[in-house]
Amino acid sequence: MGKYALRRMVLFVPTLLVATILVFALFWIVPGDPALTILAGGEGDSGSVSSEQLQQLRQKLGLDRPLYVQYASWLGNVLRGDLGTSLWYKTPVWSHLRDRFLVTMELAVMAILLAVCAAVPLGIVSAVKQDTGLDYLSRIFSSIGIALPTFWFGILIVYALATFFEWLPPLGYATLWDDPVLNLQQLFLPALTLAFNDLAFTARVTRSSMLEVMREDYLRTARAKGLVELAVVGRHALKNALLPVLTVSGYQFARLLGGVIIVESIFAVPGMGTLLIDSIIHRDFIVLQAIVVLIAAVVLTLNLLIDLSYGVLDPRVRYQ
Amino acid sequence: MLAGREAVVARTIPDTRSEAPAHAPWAAVIKFAGRKPLGAMGGLIVLALVLTALLAPLISPHDPRQIIREANNRVPVYVAPGPAYLMGTDHVGRDIASRIIYGARISLYVGLGSVLIGVTGWFLVGMVSAYAGPRVDLVAQRVVDAMMAVPGLIIVLAIMAVLGSSLNNVIIAIVIGMLAPVVRTVRSQVLSVKEMEYVVAARAIGARSARVVVRHIMPNCLAIYLILATYYLGFAIILEASLSFLGVGVPPDVPSWGGMLTAAAQGHITKAPWAGIFPGLAIFIVVLGFNLLGDALRDVLEPRLRGARLGARLAR
Repeated sequence: MGKYALRRMVLFVPTLLVATILVFALFWIVPGDPALTILAGGEGDSGSVSSEQLQQLRQKLGLDRPLYVQYASWLGNVLRGDLGTSLWYKTPVWSHLRDRFLVTMELAVMAILLAVCAAVPLGIVSAVKQDTGLDYLSRIFSSIGIALPTFWFGILIVYALATFFEWLPPLGYATLWDDPVLNLQQLFLPALTLAFNDLAFTARVTRSSMLEVMREDYLRTARAKGLVELAVVGRHALKNALLPVLTVSGYQFARLLGGVIIVESIFAVPGMGTLLIDSIIHRDFIVLQAIVVLIAAVVLTLNLLIDLSYGVLDPRVRYQ
Repeated sequence: MLAGREAVVARTIPDTRSEAPAHAPWAAVIKFAGRKPLGAMGGLIVLALVLTALLAPLISPHDPRQIIREANNRVPVYVAPGPAYLMGTDHVGRDIASRIIYGARISLYVGLGSVLIGVTGWFLVGMVSAYAGPRVDLVAQRVVDAMMAVPGLIIVLAIMAVLGSSLNNVIIAIVIGMLAPVVRTVRSQVLSVKEMEYVVAARAIGARSARVVVRHIMPNCLAIYLILATYYLGFAIILEASLSFLGVGVPPDVPSWGGMLTAAAQGHITKAPWAGIFPGLAIFIVVLGFNLLGDALRDVLEPRLRGARLGARLAR
């Protein structure tokens, strides 16, 4: 176990470093100058900016230094928790990001819980009743879920609720601590929208993983010794079939964080996604950089944890 | 089961080689449709998309970009679907049906463009990564890992932020967004083909690496290329729609299915449900078509891949 854990952790650091290099490189080969963007106040209109002003600001921001020095100092700051100052709001990025980060994470966790709770039973039924009507129904359901664009589904949900129940998602936002009921009310629909897309995929994985396990010898043994089917499926098959589902959920979480952006903008949730879109519109690359690095760090850490827990749950992995 | 699969492989291989008689393509299509009705449905959807895109000027009732002026100089804003406007009109008074028909061109252009560049390019990179030895592979795989950690949509959004919104920039961004999943899939496929006996045999009789790759590995990865290209067409279309929906894809006057939904999301859906339903339906049907076709192609061409998650990272 020790060796396996060590090997996984040794891979984690360079991957995260490569991610920061990619993010940094992307935003500093931007055509156009961040200093100019600040002085010109967002977009266009660079005519009124004098070249001395520009030089001064470039010096202040450290843009006149070689790229690798800029990268090193940026990385140093990030490691100390300083994500820089927003080009648009002119305030520290972290102060904007902190609350929004929590909102997005809450939304994503809610969505993945909803998805797994629905997808696993669906996948099990589909596998146990393979090639019956029930199986086809659940497979058609998941094909639809995969092709259904998140943003369209979100719009349809809003429409259906508004038309048939005359209910509109509550405006304004409350945190989980201030008003848990309102918070859950607000986040339930966005989470459901996200979960539907995810559910389809997780159900597929559960199904194929269950089908594989069902062919194993130890299941035949379990049946042969007279266990009822429920115990065979529930205790012996499920335990092993859920391992791939766990791995996939890690990557699903990354996917979900992509969908969050769209869903947040439909349901006006004040999370990282709406901030991301804002920062793109204002060409606020410091905020954008911070969000991308933060997401990469979260996803990589989560995958590391999943891989490590995998080593605990499935002893076979350790000896490979 | 196994015998059946082998028979499928045995039947498909001669079809693509020399001895196929003149009517064979049609026979093959009919056989495919009989065995994979869902795949055939996907194929029909794709065909319909291509025809719509090609014939757009002939079949669209109005100019997709032009605001309509009716006889009394009235602008038909949010007119419900009817004989005059089949799918109604949008928030500024343009014909939705025409915009959807022309939108097929945008979707297909972005889809084909990014797949031809992206899947082809990253396919070669994946091959090199699997073949160029452990050092290149290690570096390439760290880059892939790092990119896998960021959702595809966020990568593409970030690149759009840098490039600015235009049709061709959307393609560039989507191509970069495809890097990690395509390289990863191809690499693992090449790694397994590399261990096949015929490759070992070719090397044993002294074939050089270049010859082994070009003559033995590439032809055996052709099916995977075709399957990936099909899935990623759907992927590219949904990404373009997402970008345009969020307002950072194609410019607003370009008729993009995703862009048409932006107004619907801003609360207009209750006023004019048709403006939010039809464009979304178009995206849904087309993406479903590509996915169904991809599933069927996978089952027929590469039965070994069944259950493999080729379309896994279709990030939104």
